[in-house]
Amino acid sequence: MTMTNTSENQKEYQFVSGDEAVAIGVKLAQPLVVAAYPITPQTIVVERLAEMVEKGELNAEYMYVESEHSALSAVMGASVMGARTFTATSSQGLLYMAEVLHYASGGRVPLVMMNANRSVALPWNIFGDQRDSLSLLDSGWIQVYVEDAQESLDMTLAAYALAEHPEVLTPVMVNLDGFVLTHTYQSVEVPSQEQVTEFLPPFNLKHKMDLKAPKNLFFTASPQHNLGFKYEQQQAMLKAKEVIETIDQTYGEITGRKYGGLIEAYKCEDAERIIVTLGSITGLVRDVVDELREQGEKVGLLKIRYMRPFPGDEIAAVLKDAKAGSVLEKDISFGAEGTVFTNVVSATYGINTKLTNYIGGFGGKDIKKEEVVQIFKDLEEIIKKDIHPSYAERVKYIGLEG
Amino acid sequence: MNRPEVNKDFKIKSSKELPCGTYGQAMLLTETMEGWRSERPVIHNEQCIHCNWCYMVCPEGVIYKEGNEMKIDYRFCKGCGICQKECKKGCIELILEGGE
Repeated sequence: MTMTNTSENQKEYQFVSGDEAVAIGVKLAQPLVVAAYPITPQTIVVERLAEMVEKGELNAEYMYVESEHSALSAVMGASVMGARTFTATSSQGLLYMAEVLHYASGGRVPLVMMNANRSVALPWNIFGDQRDSLSLLDSGWIQVYVEDAQESLDMTLAAYALAEHPEVLTPVMVNLDGFVLTHTYQSVEVPSQEQVTEFLPPFNLKHKMDLKAPKNLFFTASPQHNLGFKYEQQQAMLKAKEVIETIDQTYGEITGRKYGGLIEAYKCEDAERIIVTLGSITGLVRDVVDELREQGEKVGLLKIRYMRPFPGDEIAAVLKDAKAGSVLEKDISFGAEGTVFTNVVSATYGINTKLTNYIGGFGGKDIKKEEVVQIFKDLEEIIKKDIHPSYAERVKYIGLEG
Repeated sequence: MNRPEVNKDFKIKSSKELPCGTYGQAMLLTETMEGWRSERPVIHNEQCIHCNWCYMVCPEGVIYKEGNEMKIDYRFCKGCGICQKECKKGCIELILEGGE
């Protein structure tokens, strides 16, 4: 059930979940094909789309398929025929798609997919963390993580513009924290169809399969040329960085909402201590930063929006002037550390900022406000000691007990 | 009937010539398969009644009609012998390759 409210200046607001916000974004993008596997761990985004198709609000072919592997394969086939598509998945479903993820990115198929970030088995758990998508960072997909339902809707539209950009042609995975974003409700401003038409050009795949211009698709390449293809894929990813900034700008001009492109630095200008976040935990850290700032503490928040392409230079530019920083993440690469942290440390190599890693929020475990405050306190201690923590000492866990 | 063209000289000289992703040109044939054959089917057209059965059963689609004759595209025939086995008139013969 959604509530619609149109205010005096004709803006439309709906009280929806993150899932529904994505479905609204997809509907506005007018895909011709939606394919999805509807069973757990799938979330209700695909149910809402099925209802829209049933009611005739969305003129798309809705394909009920037998697995996530088939869902992604189906939209890949439709996309190379020149049809805008959508699919969604989560957790084990995303892992089941892993093979096709590489097919889509290597084939430069401009898909848009929503992933509900949920824990992966075992132990079996359907609540949120980010271990599913972060384990697939190397699959060649653009990965973006959103903070709230509004950004979910806006990012869905931006994702189409990005994936289909002729110099990018790379699939985009829009990640929403399971439960925290997918199942909670928020008032969301819905852009008009006119605004979306102005922002998002029609899908026009230059290389599409056509009877007048037949193609040899998804072919084999010899060892001689394999790196050549992968090099081009990397170039497209790097190009995407510029395109992301341009799209954010254009979207802002049309709808009034901008997100900062690859990252958002919040109160970081003079910050001595910065917490780096990904996804919905950003909201809590933002509140903590506001409170501590009121008490005169020089703290800041660095929200990573895109994990791929990775905003290495942008992150380094923000962190370099801080004394200490910490990456707070819902992921671990067993035997090493959090993967977001690994990426941040690599990007900031050579700067003097002391960096630590906080791992928590697994399987839906709530990260508390006091725990975020404690991270800032810990960073203060590190600044006082003035020693870079060792490899073993720099990783800490949140909410292990209690 | 149009037969496929083969360009054995086709070569990608630099990675800059690679297509975007795997959106490749269709029917870009650079190799033929005559070397796969141990035996070569030969159609004796004087006995042929043009029932087109060999055209129907050929798994490689290499048998075709040109003018008043059934022909075989030997560039792609792999010598499986199905046409010879299936010909109702017995007018297709298998000849050992390399015998001449």
